[in-house]
Amino acid sequence: MNPRALDSAWTVAEVVGALKTAVESCLGQIWVKGEVTELKVYQSGHWYFTLRDADAQIRCVMWKTYAQRLKARPVDGTEVYLLARPSLWEERADLRLSAVSLLPTSGVGLQQLALERTREALTRDGLFDAARKRSLPPFPRSVVVITSLEGAALHDMTNVARRRWPALRLYVIGSAVQGEQAEPELLRALALVNRMEVDVCILGRGGGSREDLGAFNLESVCRAIAAVRVPVIAAIGHETDVSFADLVADLRAPTPSAAMELAVPDRRELLDRMAALSSRLAGGLSRRTRLLRERLYRAEDRLRHRMEGRVAADRERVGRLGAQLDALSPLRVLGRGYAVPRGGDGRVLRRREEFARGLGFSLRVSDGDVNARVESA
Amino acid sequence: MTREAKAPSPLAAALRRLEEIVRALESEETDLDQALALFEEGVGLLKDARSRVEVADLRVQRVLEDAAGDLKVSDLDA
Repeated sequence: MNPRALDSAWTVAEVVGALKTAVESCLGQIWVKGEVTELKVYQSGHWYFTLRDADAQIRCVMWKTYAQRLKARPVDGTEVYLLARPSLWEERADLRLSAVSLLPTSGVGLQQLALERTREALTRDGLFDAARKRSLPPFPRSVVVITSLEGAALHDMTNVARRRWPALRLYVIGSAVQGEQAEPELLRALALVNRMEVDVCILGRGGGSREDLGAFNLESVCRAIAAVRVPVIAAIGHETDVSFADLVADLRAPTPSAAMELAVPDRRELLDRMAALSSRLAGGLSRRTRLLRERLYRAEDRLRHRMEGRVAADRERVGRLGAQLDALSPLRVLGRGYAVPRGGDGRVLRRREEFARGLGFSLRVSDGDVNARVESA
Repeated sequence: MTREAKAPSPLAAALRRLEEIVRALESEETDLDQALALFEEGVGLLKDARSRVEVADLRVQRVLEDAAGDLKVSDLDA
């Protein structure tokens, strides 16, 4: 390097500029292993921290663009691999590593940490609460499905809907369910649902590897699910590996087809139920009229019975009176051999002095009159 | 989170009313005039409910948001 003369001395900026060029070109982008400490996240979203090992340390920066791609912020002391290039901040000639990516050396550890944080946040805000869960409408008119358009899931769900409830309007919103695009596309799809008139939303993973539930464990996606205005059925995880999205949804299904079965009633079952109602309806009316007819018959019978009873009683009474009359009849007495004497004027003669000698009178016997005359008194 | 209850679907309402009608018809307290009126209402409800269940083939549509942010719905062959 040319030691210039005094009149052409370097300015500070020139020195720093030259150093910057040297620093930034000497190594390029490299992986550096170290421990993260003193991590600060500024309002701007940029991360500032120190990376160190037993022998040295260096200041690091990770700009917001890169920082927000990470699932979680490492806690102090986390050992990481940092993908970075050395850089120099000219104003202060500060040397630091400008990081674009960060991987914890125990990758699982950091992922676990992210999950725990999400779980905490969602629990705190009550998104897992059972009280939040909405029940499904018994007869949905329309269902919207968010799923991958490529997988077999959509086909399966359509078949179930066609078989069980063809009166349905089925809307489909395609979305990536794994990979980089999954989060933005799921968020867009869930927001779309809130602009539609639908009764139920099904979130089905469909396709993709069974292991990658990543997008469905994101806080942003879970919050978007909770914000959907209609009940959401999630068919994302499986028996052993449930995603947070499954837990935030109103209902969880083991597969997309099972989700559709939960969402729509079975037409045949309903038609059976209606047939039963129909026969009960007809049966109810005919039973009603039969009861009424029976009541009429019973009333008629009672009436007839009463009338007949009445006539018989009258007849009996007449007979009895007749017998009484008969017993009292004087003719009856005459029948026993008595006779009634009566004078010319028809008067009954009851005493001796009424029978003067020579008096003509008549004798009433049982079968007629006999003329008689008193011979001696 | 507020969860507004939606109006029940016409089908659910029809089925509920049908159950009521059948129970009333099966009870001893309904007189014949009432029973006849209920029966007629029930037959109408059943007819309507059947027509709702037996309608056309499933319609599948894809929903997209276009560049202007508007919803676009198109038929999907599935």
